[in-house]
Amino acid sequence: MKRRAGLVLPVVASLVVFVLAWQLIVFVAGYPSFILPGPYTVAERFIRAWSDGMMWPHTQTTLVEVLLGFAIGASIGLVTGIGLARSRLAERLLSPYLVAAQATPILALAPLIVLWFGSGLPSKLVICTLIVFFPVAIATMVGIRSVDPRLLEMARSFRATEWQTITRVEVPAALPAILGGLRVGITLAVIGAIVGEWAGGETGLGVLINIARGSLFDIPLMFATLLTLALVGVSLYLVMVLIERRLVGER
Amino acid sequence: MATQEAPATGMPPVIAPAPTSAPPAGISVSGVSLTFHGARITHVLDGIDIAIRPREVVALIGPNGCGKSTLLRVLGGLIPADAGGVTIDGDPVTGPDPRVGLVFQEPRLLAWRSAEDNVRFPMELAGWSKAHQEARAEVLLGLVGLREFANARPATLSGGTRQRVAIARALALEPSLLLLDEPFSALDALTRERFNAELLRLWDRTGTTIVLVTHSIPEAVFLADRVLVLSPRPGRIVAEISVDLPRPRRIADMDSAFVSHVAAEVRAHLVDTTDDSIAMEEARIAGEAGTVPAVRSRHAETAPGTPAWFDPFRPEDEA
Repeated sequence: MKRRAGLVLPVVASLVVFVLAWQLIVFVAGYPSFILPGPYTVAERFIRAWSDGMMWPHTQTTLVEVLLGFAIGASIGLVTGIGLARSRLAERLLSPYLVAAQATPILALAPLIVLWFGSGLPSKLVICTLIVFFPVAIATMVGIRSVDPRLLEMARSFRATEWQTITRVEVPAALPAILGGLRVGITLAVIGAIVGEWAGGETGLGVLINIARGSLFDIPLMFATLLTLALVGVSLYLVMVLIERRLVGER
Repeated sequence: MATQEAPATGMPPVIAPAPTSAPPAGISVSGVSLTFHGARITHVLDGIDIAIRPREVVALIGPNGCGKSTLLRVLGGLIPADAGGVTIDGDPVTGPDPRVGLVFQEPRLLAWRSAEDNVRFPMELAGWSKAHQEARAEVLLGLVGLREFANARPATLSGGTRQRVAIARALALEPSLLLLDEPFSALDALTRERFNAELLRLWDRTGTTIVLVTHSIPEAVFLADRVLVLSPRPGRIVAEISVDLPRPRRIADMDSAFVSHVAAEVRAHLVDTTDDSIAMEEARIAGEAGTVPAVRSRHAETAPGTPAWFDPFRPEDEA
């Protein structure tokens, strides 16, 4: 109990300081609420947007995009990473494209992708997949390359097939590294979804931010949407950390 | 030490007289040579011939880098020989062989699995049923005295206990030949002695043929029926010393005059192969220059004309 308090207290304290500083800036500088609304205004708008059913459909759209896109991108990244780790030829053939895809800002690619795949879910999934894929593939490759070769020799002495070696030795041994890649990937998936929604979309938290800023000119709503987005991102990250603890915490 | 240490002796297996191994194998190594073609060409093994009887315990001993561990891997089918071959009961070894169980210098356990699941690893790979795996793992853990550690993770076990798990794993598929690559070299001297005695007990119960690589002369003599001394690279067998010590052997036998005598004999062969310059120098000092035995000499040939510097009872050899 004491330890838990030691973990929670600093978080609460820093939140309180953040809100107070925010309020202080608004109070001292006297910004109008269409420039920087105070924390109380935002909290009130946040609760109203959730209670009148405005926020949920947008949150749902974004969540689906993030989770599906993450799942697809992480799966492809995992498989590619395993392939890259096991074959130097595959690495040489693919790495120029991988690096080029990663080096091209997703923001610049998004309009093109929306043009090709439409403004619905598919374009968001493509963007999320592209952005999640890279860190997962690299983490998997590095993790599997660093598996102790002595374990591989042991597996070989018991006549492990290639598939058994991958599933029972290499991937479990590389799991800490792979989970590190997934943790980066889940936060990138949120970015991917919002970028996709900005490039074109009917619903989603990114769309709501645009609507609140543009046609509604409801800046507190924009901030409330930002808050929702931050909560979604932090929750997903924490879920990843929990999964990680469960899978490798006992080692 | 915060890690768990298992009791010295194991419980008898549940399925009482269950055979824990296939019939022991006779092994024949004929003309095995091996060269590594890396950045530099390295001749590792040169014309190795060994015939091993079923249930025999053979120790391979030799200087660092003489290819003992490589020879062990050739026996287990992990490394193919360039020339010559290995047969177990007349059937050639062509790759990693189900009749062989390997124990490495390090336990090489899978850190994310419990002791029991590590022991079950080879059975999983072989596609055994769950029930079969569980029954076999229980027998094996009992055999190495680790039944109550079945659910422990390797990280919570002491080094010796981990090596026991590794030995149980090597016995999983009922091998007829057990290969051990310096299995106890990471253990402290006292634990090591106990493990030597335990290995003999295990050998008595399972009846496998054993080939063991070691750096310890007393260990080789205590465990083996025959000690084979290898030369520096390229490895050749330069001496073959029979240990006619009756079985069952006890730790106390390690201190017997007989064991000391045989150990000194082994050491003499190691000295004249390990570092020829030292041997030559010793020979010169003893006024015996020029009579250093040929490197290829077998034990039987060197015994009669033993040079003066070879004295099994020389005090500094038995410090």
